[in-house]
Amino acid sequence: MKIYGVALLAACFLMGKLLGRLLGHLINIDSDIGGVGFAMFLLMTSSIYLRKKKWLVLETEKGIWFWSSMYIPIIVAMTSTLNVKAALSGGFLAIILGISATAVCMLMVPLISKIGREKSIDSPKK
Amino acid sequence: MEIINTIIGKNGLVFAFLCVGIIMLFSSWVSKYITNKKIPGVAIAIIIGLSLAFLGDEKGISNIPLFAGMALLGGPMLRDFAVVATAMSADLSKIRQAGLAGLVSLLIGVFISFTMGVVIGLSMGYTNIESLTTIGAGACTYIVGPVTGTAIGASSDVIAISVATGVVKTIFATIGTPLIAKKIKLDNPHAAIVFGGLIGTTSGVVAGLAATDEELVPYGALTSTFYTGIGCLLCPSLFYVILRFLNI
Repeated sequence: MKIYGVALLAACFLMGKLLGRLLGHLINIDSDIGGVGFAMFLLMTSSIYLRKKKWLVLETEKGIWFWSSMYIPIIVAMTSTLNVKAALSGGFLAIILGISATAVCMLMVPLISKIGREKSIDSPKK
Repeated sequence: MEIINTIIGKNGLVFAFLCVGIIMLFSSWVSKYITNKKIPGVAIAIIIGLSLAFLGDEKGISNIPLFAGMALLGGPMLRDFAVVATAMSADLSKIRQAGLAGLVSLLIGVFISFTMGVVIGLSMGYTNIESLTTIGAGACTYIVGPVTGTAIGASSDVIAISVATGVVKTIFATIGTPLIAKKIKLDNPHAAIVFGGLIGTTSGVVAGLAATDEELVPYGALTSTFYTGIGCLLCPSLFYVILRFLNI
């Protein structure tokens, strides 16, 4: 049943949020410290474990896939509810930062490509 | 008219599904036929979303009662829920295929983008640590920005800036990749894996690689699917704590 997948997702989500809050509490910061990241890690590891045990059937996975495919539409809905009027002054920052961060990362490609070059997968034979 | 208002008012979330569906349909059409797939539909949809927000005030379009459901659909709860679900497509067993270079590129990619966000944010007069962290996170991807911002309590306008930064990144990666590919030796699977890890914004990486060489797409996607997760993990935790510790 699809709801099993959704429930698994919910369990990982809540556990992650809890971990994030606990971590925040631990270091005296009143916020969620990496909760979504923890939740993603939990979902990845638990799905691998459940797949090995053959407990994660396709129908269950579909419950998670649905929400996974909803994330872009949800992000679009979110962007339409942001305070963009107040953010307009930061539009210049967004453009400068978006372009420069991407450009610098692109220029790092040849440098980091040197790592483990031989071991990596080679071009597929055509 | 009144009947329609009541129906929509009582079924705001369902109406929001319809609105977003129409936006997605329209933007993929624009992407396909007007930009010739040069700009990903996702980026266009987000730009439409951001421009719709101008119709309202602090809460964007959801200030208009008819569109109140958008705040429900795009609220932090469903958003984080859906973002977590995307972890399913990141196959942990495949990270070994990406190898050390893949891992290094992911960590360096998130670190460089975040640091540049903080530095440029500082130079443009943002001093609040929550704002700087959110802007730095936005320089990673348009998902990491809002997820981080909501978690640590940044204001809505800063979150909007972080989303806009992520969208600029996607568009620039899409257009810039084919132009710069030769110069950065992006012509083999290994370089594509590194590229995906450094840039991270999946839609930009996929669209940019597709315009360069279709065969490189799966390799770039392999690492970039991990990027948002790593960003959501590091930005609101380690990076935020370091910034607080530095107390800029």
